[in-house]
Amino acid sequence: MSRHAANPRAVWAIYKVEMARTLRTVMQSVISPVISTSLYFVVFGAAIGSRISEINGISYGAFIVPGLIMLSLLTQSISNASFGIYFPKFVGTIFEILSAPVSYLEVVLAYVGAAATKSVAIGLIILATAALFVPLHIEHPFWMVAFLLLTAITFSLFGFIIGIWARSFEQLQLVPLLIVTPLTFLGGSFYSIDMLPGVWRTITLFNPVVYLVSGFRWAFFGHADVSLAVSLTMTLVFLAACIAVIAWIFRTGYRLKT
Amino acid sequence: MAPIISIAGVSKTYDTGFTALKTVNLDIERGEIFALLGPNGAGKTTLISIVCGIVNRSSGTVTVDGHDIGSDYRAARSLIGLVPQELTVEAFETVANALAFSRGLFGRPADPAFVEKVLKDLSLWDKRDAKIITLSGGMKRRVMIGKALAHEPRILFLDEPTAGVDVELRKDMWAMVRALRDSGVTIILTTHYIEEAEEMADRVGVINHGEIVLVEDKTELMRKLGRKQLTVQLRDPLRTVPEALAAYRLDLSPDGGTLTYTYDNQADRPGVASLLRDLESAGLAFRDVDTQASSLEEIFVNLVRKTP
Ligand SMILES: Nc1ncnc2c1ncn2[C@@H]1O[C@H](COP(=O)(O)OP(=O)(O)O)[C@@H](O)[C@H]1O
Ligand SMILES: [Mg+2]
Repeated sequence: MSRHAANPRAVWAIYKVEMARTLRTVMQSVISPVISTSLYFVVFGAAIGSRISEINGISYGAFIVPGLIMLSLLTQSISNASFGIYFPKFVGTIFEILSAPVSYLEVVLAYVGAAATKSVAIGLIILATAALFVPLHIEHPFWMVAFLLLTAITFSLFGFIIGIWARSFEQLQLVPLLIVTPLTFLGGSFYSIDMLPGVWRTITLFNPVVYLVSGFRWAFFGHADVSLAVSLTMTLVFLAACIAVIAWIFRTGYRLKT
Repeated sequence: MAPIISIAGVSKTYDTGFTALKTVNLDIERGEIFALLGPNGAGKTTLISIVCGIVNRSSGTVTVDGHDIGSDYRAARSLIGLVPQELTVEAFETVANALAFSRGLFGRPADPAFVEKVLKDLSLWDKRDAKIITLSGGMKRRVMIGKALAHEPRILFLDEPTAGVDVELRKDMWAMVRALRDSGVTIILTTHYIEEAEEMADRVGVINHGEIVLVEDKTELMRKLGRKQLTVQLRDPLRTVPEALAAYRLDLSPDGGTLTYTYDNQADRPGVASLLRDLESAGLAFRDVDTQASSLEEIFVNLVRKTP
């Protein structure tokens, strides 16, 4: 019965289809983040950067690079993964996946794997784009990649949950729009939280994005708002929470099976 | 031989509180074409969705070739191909890719030669590189059949395969289903077209209000439940049916020219031969006699009407 032990071919089949969808919509998937990142550089880097010359000894242009990558990584992971699973639910093709000899773990692996692959690719493209605008030096490349992967996987899982939960396209947009985007902008992508007045700094510490951006920035520049250990712990906690929710979704068939 | 699918005590109550299936017990025999016949809303789609793993059952057990659909779902599902009622397709995928995807999803290694054969059998080979969105409705349905067959299932579920399908394609589909059965595939089709069950099935199960009200060999069913009618064209019209023939409860046509005798094969009324004898002895001459067996349609309507 070894044929029925696992179904890696199914994981590969779903992964391939998801990646093919990206290539079909390469304009929207890849080029638009590159353009918007360049715009950020022009607006924030050039316009504002000419007034704020340095933060912690780093030029403002370079300072915002990790934040910009995180911003894209988060939004891309969430939108790719949520759309990836929402769409078959919406058009009804999900029936085939539900009726196939695949485990839920395999389904998650395929969808989240594809979404994370895309957002990591986009993150790297943005990094390359940024290198055209500012000189970059990465202090801890291993940790940079580790944070990139961890964040991509965590938020792809989060996006997968949203995609399962959503019953309409409006709901699909709701969480990213109302929660994720504000948290990202308020998460220190474009400033150091040390620059905030005391109360706001404390409030900011409840924002999980702060830890991601901070950890990522540490990997680039070797110092950050909060310590590496705290950043890493918070990221892993969020990852564990997403895994727990997904395990529950699949145990109950929540919004997948009636 | 053990049944290929065994459904025991399966019920389904949806979250809305609606009970779509009461207690369903049903065995599907290996290699047969089984028609699940029932009016809209009877629970046909619910039942096959449970077997295929798309809907959770509220109670009961289902085994597919001995594999429990819960604890041994991989083995159970890998035997099944499903063509759902709704046309749901990956619009931007090409036909060949869609089949290759289904094959991979069911854990089968890529086999372009087999996919080619399936596409040719379904007259889709010319369209292999076309995006599904560009196909006609009938072609889309064939793509769905192709996807279900792409992983070489031993059991094929067809949920209302010919709903909204033109006559030509329907005939093709029936021929294809028979060919599949001849190759050893067990086929379960749901339909509310009696014609389809009558034409295709080896056995018929009638479902109504979430209950299987009858499962029977098709010919047996038609023999047992089929009403027959004998019509007698009289040479001379009658005003009333003679008293001597009262036991037959004959119907006299308004013009008095035709007598109709309705009987079934379970014979709660005297036979045809004795009627003809009694007609003669009553002095009635007749020009012609004709018998008609009722169709499955009438049987079905009678059955469904009887249950609350
Ligand atoms: N997801 C659902 N939630 C609630 N009721 C449902 C759901 N799906 C089907 N039903 C109800 O269950 C009954 C049986 O539906 P179905 O199995 O689709 O019937 P059939 O396929 O025989 O037409 C119908 O009354 C239908 O309205
Ligand atoms: Mg139905």
